[in-house]
Amino acid sequence: MNIYDLPDKRGHFGPYGGVFVAETLISALDKLREQYDSYRNDAEFKREFENELKHYVGRPSPIYHAKRWSEHLGGAQILLKREDLNHTGAHKVNNTVGQALLARRMGKKRVIAETGAGQHGVATATVAARYGMQCVVYMGAEDVRRQATNVYRMKLLGAEVIPVESGSRTLKDALNEAMRDWVTHVENTFYIIGTVAGPHPYPMMVRDFQTVIGAEAKLQMQETYGRQPDVLIACVGGGSNAIGLFYPYINDESVRMIGVEAAGKGLDTNEHAATLSKGKPGVLHGNRTYLIQDDNGQIIETHSISAGLDYPGVGPEHAWLKDIHRAEYVGITDDEALEAFHALCRFEGIMPALESSHALAYAAKFAPTLSKDQLILVNLSGRGDKDMATVAQMSGITL
Amino acid sequence: MNRIAQTFAVLQSNRKKALIPFITAGDPGPANTVELMHCLVEAGSDIIELGVPFSDPMADGPTIQRSSERALKHQVGINSVLNMISEFRKTNSQTPVVLMGYANPIEAMGHEYFAARAKEAGVDGVLTVDYPPEECEEWVRCLEQHGMDAIFLLSPTSAQSRVARVAELAKGYIYYVSLKGVTGASHLDLEDVESRLAQLRTAVSIPIGVGFGIRDGAMAGAVAKLADAVVVGSRIIEEIELSPQNELLNNVRNLVAGMRKAIDEQGD
Ligand SMILES: Cc1ncc(COP(=O)(O)O)c(C=O)c1O
Repeated sequence: MNIYDLPDKRGHFGPYGGVFVAETLISALDKLREQYDSYRNDAEFKREFENELKHYVGRPSPIYHAKRWSEHLGGAQILLKREDLNHTGAHKVNNTVGQALLARRMGKKRVIAETGAGQHGVATATVAARYGMQCVVYMGAEDVRRQATNVYRMKLLGAEVIPVESGSRTLKDALNEAMRDWVTHVENTFYIIGTVAGPHPYPMMVRDFQTVIGAEAKLQMQETYGRQPDVLIACVGGGSNAIGLFYPYINDESVRMIGVEAAGKGLDTNEHAATLSKGKPGVLHGNRTYLIQDDNGQIIETHSISAGLDYPGVGPEHAWLKDIHRAEYVGITDDEALEAFHALCRFEGIMPALESSHALAYAAKFAPTLSKDQLILVNLSGRGDKDMATVAQMSGITL
Repeated sequence: MNRIAQTFAVLQSNRKKALIPFITAGDPGPANTVELMHCLVEAGSDIIELGVPFSDPMADGPTIQRSSERALKHQVGINSVLNMISEFRKTNSQTPVVLMGYANPIEAMGHEYFAARAKEAGVDGVLTVDYPPEECEEWVRCLEQHGMDAIFLLSPTSAQSRVARVAELAKGYIYYVSLKGVTGASHLDLEDVESRLAQLRTAVSIPIGVGFGIRDGAMAGAVAKLADAVVVGSRIIEEIELSPQNELLNNVRNLVAGMRKAIDEQGD
């Protein structure tokens, strides 16, 4: 295989990605691309980013051997990349630190973000407080209702949370609204997108900031195990934690890569968010990718127990990795994810995010098909404290 | 000469400016669209821009978003929009119709198939909001082969190099978005528009329409002094939104006729 070197200059991963926005946004994206190009390889910028990741986020995050759980499952050894131990409790903050540092260098005093569950909103509000910036977070009105604790967290951090009443009043609509805000306030505003979606350069830029996950893992695996894992598994909403882990391994074809989407109530129902398994290519939110849509090309509402995976699109790089068969994409249902959530609590004393529980659930299915000396590295993208109310409710308990 | 070029040629020889209203197909209900189109023509419109409803109208403000949602409640998709145009053409073979919408519904139907059907229905031009020139060369060729114009947007933030590039691809007319932001915003700055139009004209040889933020006759008249065409969207949709069914056509007719009058008077 040729050395993987994507996207191209205009942000394409094969036929996917690109810049599909109205003319009104083009110049803002051009400026962002220019600025990011100049800082991307700037030693001072990189040093500052690494310094923040170390002292503010708490990196590197360890790789932990889930020994008891692996033994119980009776197959490959399951290792966890502990992104749940980051400040704010998920991988999202790697990206918000990176983009906020860029915003600061571009002289922007106001940052905006979209959020679904509130994790990316919290990570954005956090860095905005850290760097003294004004912060506005758009959140679907439906999500505001479902995620009251995270809304309050963002407010405590000084952010303004604006409920979005349009469309299905969820994450995709919040993204539309954030884009509209950005077009209107480009002079002073930086839009911090939370995943590897949106128009170029976002999918590339967010990937670059998240790549610290895979880069660390490569070093840590060599150091501790003297070799690389046989399989990588990560959940895929927009796909940022997955690409962060996968990217440094793309050229190493001996490592299998599996992305896990939310199969909701089942892939054969209409209630899931399994974009790569069940969607068709199209154009949304500034890029070409797989989308969950009807025959008229309208985007349909998705479903997942985990708000962070409840998105009808997916990062364009995953669309390409699927088409060239470099990565595989599978689905895990709400029930399977919930079971893995409880298993990790009980066997390892670690409470995973429901998003991450999808990756864990697939690892639990897959591990028994491998031998005991094989290694599966799962990206534990976040911690589950935020999900306690949902889990309790699913178990018929009111807190 | 196609209908759009023909329309501008006639206007020019009469020293008049074009009035281009925008409505969303299927808003408030599918039964209203064809009669609203005829009503717009009767009130003095020269070209009709018809919005194709989309679930995620990222470049539109709240007014047009709501119109799209109303249409989608009635399952108005791209197929029904084309049927409406065929219906309109049964009694109107002169007024150009331009479809305005987002790429995904068109891609879901397929470029070739859509273009063939649109032509057959009587569409004259297509403005695909989220296809910038870099991403749609194949699409522009496809429209051209089917004898339809690819209409493009330019904005206050478009660099002069882009203006040149859009000018190369664009047919029919160019739609200059007079504001930063989304549709429906207010505060159009006339001086700004005037100096930008002068710049645009150094590269653009086809007519230039100005839209976004035109809310009344006075503003329409003032813009008509500067541009070849005046595009009015959100204000008409507000009228549609607020009118009871039995007053819908009357209210829209009065509003548009008022703008027509103001536009014509600017030339006197
Ligand atoms: C803990 C966690 N994991 C995963 C995701 C999904 O996002 P992505 O696919 O971009 O990693 C989210 C999104 O909110 C999240 O909070």
